[in-house]
Amino acid sequence: MTDASRGADAPPELVQLLTPEGERVEHPDYDIDLTPEEVRSLYRDLVLVRRVDLEAVALQRHGELGIWASLLGQEAAQIGSGRALTDADMAFPTYREHGVAWCRGVDPVKLLGLFRGVNHGGWDPAEHNFHLYTIVIGSQNLHAVGYAMGIQRDGTNSAAIVYFGDGASSQGDVNESFVWASVFNAPIVFFCQNNQWAISEPIEKQSRIPLYRRAAGFGFPGIRVDGNDVFACLAVTRKALEDARSGQGPTLIEAFTYRMGAHTTTDDPTRYRVASELEAWKLKDPIERVKSYLFKNELADQAFFDSIDAEAEDLGADLRKRCTEMPDPDPMEIFEHVYALPHSLIEEERKAFAAYLEGFQS
Amino acid sequence: MRREFKLPDVGEGLTEAEIVRWHVKPGDAVKVNQIVVEIETAKSIVELPIPWTGVVADLMAEEGQTVDVGVPIIAVDTDEAAPSGGTASAPRGAALADDMVPAPPAEGAVEPGVHGSPAPKEERQAVLVGYGVKTGAAKRRPRKHPPTSPGTAAGPARLAVLAKPPVRKLAKDLGVDLTMIKGTGPQGSITRDDVHAAAGAVRAAQAVPEPVEAVRQAAPGVREERIPVKGVRKMTAQAMVASAFTAPHVTEFLQVDATATMDAVRRLREMPDFAGLKVSPLLLVAKAVLVAARRHPMINSVWDEQAQEIVVKHYVNLGIAAATPRGLIVPNIKDAHALSLPELARALNELTETARAGKTQPAEMSGGTFTITNVGVFGVDTGTPIINPGESAILAFGQVRDMPWVVDGELAVRKVTTLALSFDHRLIDGELGSLFLRDVGAMLEDPLRMLAWA
Repeated sequence: MTDASRGADAPPELVQLLTPEGERVEHPDYDIDLTPEEVRSLYRDLVLVRRVDLEAVALQRHGELGIWASLLGQEAAQIGSGRALTDADMAFPTYREHGVAWCRGVDPVKLLGLFRGVNHGGWDPAEHNFHLYTIVIGSQNLHAVGYAMGIQRDGTNSAAIVYFGDGASSQGDVNESFVWASVFNAPIVFFCQNNQWAISEPIEKQSRIPLYRRAAGFGFPGIRVDGNDVFACLAVTRKALEDARSGQGPTLIEAFTYRMGAHTTTDDPTRYRVASELEAWKLKDPIERVKSYLFKNELADQAFFDSIDAEAEDLGADLRKRCTEMPDPDPMEIFEHVYALPHSLIEEERKAFAAYLEGFQS
Repeated sequence: MRREFKLPDVGEGLTEAEIVRWHVKPGDAVKVNQIVVEIETAKSIVELPIPWTGVVADLMAEEGQTVDVGVPIIAVDTDEAAPSGGTASAPRGAALADDMVPAPPAEGAVEPGVHGSPAPKEERQAVLVGYGVKTGAAKRRPRKHPPTSPGTAAGPARLAVLAKPPVRKLAKDLGVDLTMIKGTGPQGSITRDDVHAAAGAVRAAQAVPEPVEAVRQAAPGVREERIPVKGVRKMTAQAMVASAFTAPHVTEFLQVDATATMDAVRRLREMPDFAGLKVSPLLLVAKAVLVAARRHPMINSVWDEQAQEIVVKHYVNLGIAAATPRGLIVPNIKDAHALSLPELARALNELTETARAGKTQPAEMSGGTFTITNVGVFGVDTGTPIINPGESAILAFGQVRDMPWVVDGELAVRKVTTLALSFDHRLIDGELGSLFLRDVGAMLEDPLRMLAWA
């Protein structure tokens, strides 16, 4: 397989419901019945999330953010899986799940705080059932499996989903999480976005077999889905979550997608991958195929697309404005979220630090 | 109101960047997030978008100039009204930079630094992983009272040298004995600067003169000048040393009557297939190399020391050494063996134009399998080129000039050039190198052979 054709041929085992050309196709095991309104709403999410991401990259280039990890190209995997979640389900993201955050109702400006250095998270995970971004690769898998085992013990009708990438699949934490989830039959969905590159390391250096097949070795089902097909991602994730909630145990979903941008704003992908590979994947853009489907089936007109574009522009401008207005944190906030309950040692340290600050002339 | 855009830190902890190219000029209208400039950092080339809509008032840095992070590079007149009363809401980048600069002491206030801490310098602090912070640059507000923490009078006697692992590595690399240095960092630890200073002292003692690469107008009285080694110069140096001291080089020379080649070049120029393309003798040399490489594939292979294998490549990514404003670079034409002659001409044109514009991407410079260096353009006959790392041979193409030459027993004036082939003797024997060089020469003497052997 040459670099240029990497992933360009859809593997036979890939679940796809919408082709890159916007044609609806059938799959024997997975199907989805969406109203025109629902398809339009998925399209809106895809476009708005891409705009949020674009603005964040620009803000980094303006010097307003220290760093940003772009989701460009992975919108369908994130919106499809994010929209499959119910309010009671709990999601554990990496640092790139801006689309999932959007589906969980997290205000995009709150995503920027961490990258601007004004807080360590920015939202209340319990309020959105969306955990804080995790920078350490793969450690959230362990948190998620622990949470899922908690759900099991509480006996509630919900599930956990954890996001990670192809690079994380090589991590010990991720493999341990597979073992625990398997033997405890935990209600969890492992959602791996295989975007082909772990920074500069290609997928060929991570695995000799398709990643989804690893699940079989741990004793639970694995499935590969076209990660640029929002319909398929929604259908497959929905099924996996239902299985989890109904006591069928974990599922590994490998969303086969492509990171169209740099790993982060600090990375330069032209140093390790050829331009033709990106061009091949541009033809499989997750947004264009939904647009094409809507248009060809006369489910939306130009006025609709224009209105979404206008909404996206407003969202970008609003985000830019509110980002620069984010206040600097109060130094005393560092003591706020260490423990859930009052703690004598923290109290002592808080007092000492306050006295220390007091010791300076303002 | 007028806004000034300050050079942001687009990486993590970068301190400076070079202005590569401006996309706008004073008087141009710009929109939010429009790309206005390309900069090159230690990590990559980055396009910067402007955060405002308005008209460019001034470009405050020139192309090629290296600018520190936080320094204004472009001014834009925006259509926002200046805020009434009080300070303008400065952009965050500005605020960040300002935070790092100490406020002037208030009237009658205690001078900063009175209670132990050194007076802060006006310097931005960029923290690179493993480098630690620069000492003395932190913002300190004056204390109301001297600190009264107990037991700080005299620390325990220093038992060991204090230095972070990267600093220890640096010292080892530079041959500096850490125990002979007095540290200026926190708790008397030794910093990178301390090591560099110590290393500088050692060097000065040895007094080794360094060559200066470019002829510069020296100021009167200046007899020596020191130019920091960085960027392309540094890369070139590393690559050349790595190649020269791992691959045993052999160089062979061949003088060739290229009269027929020069005729062929003239006739090709007139063909419609080459309309708009620059056809040079280099094109035919490149073609001859490609044909010869097919006849002798081992020339186009590489020694894999780690695997103890010879990797024979059945494709040619043909490198062309190019002198650019940024220094020597070797972009290559991917899969050149599969190109028709007009395609090869076009690829050569594009490669040289991209290189001259300084826009060659790193991917275009990697993966080469054979290199041609056209030293003739500098007006010399030949040289002993050093193999591009990752390859096994390099051909130098000298100038083509009128020379006396024996044709059919008679002395004649012919177009003569000199070819030099350096190859890696670990895998290419003298016989193979000679055969290859002879083949290239034969094709230049009679370009019809390219057809016969292709």
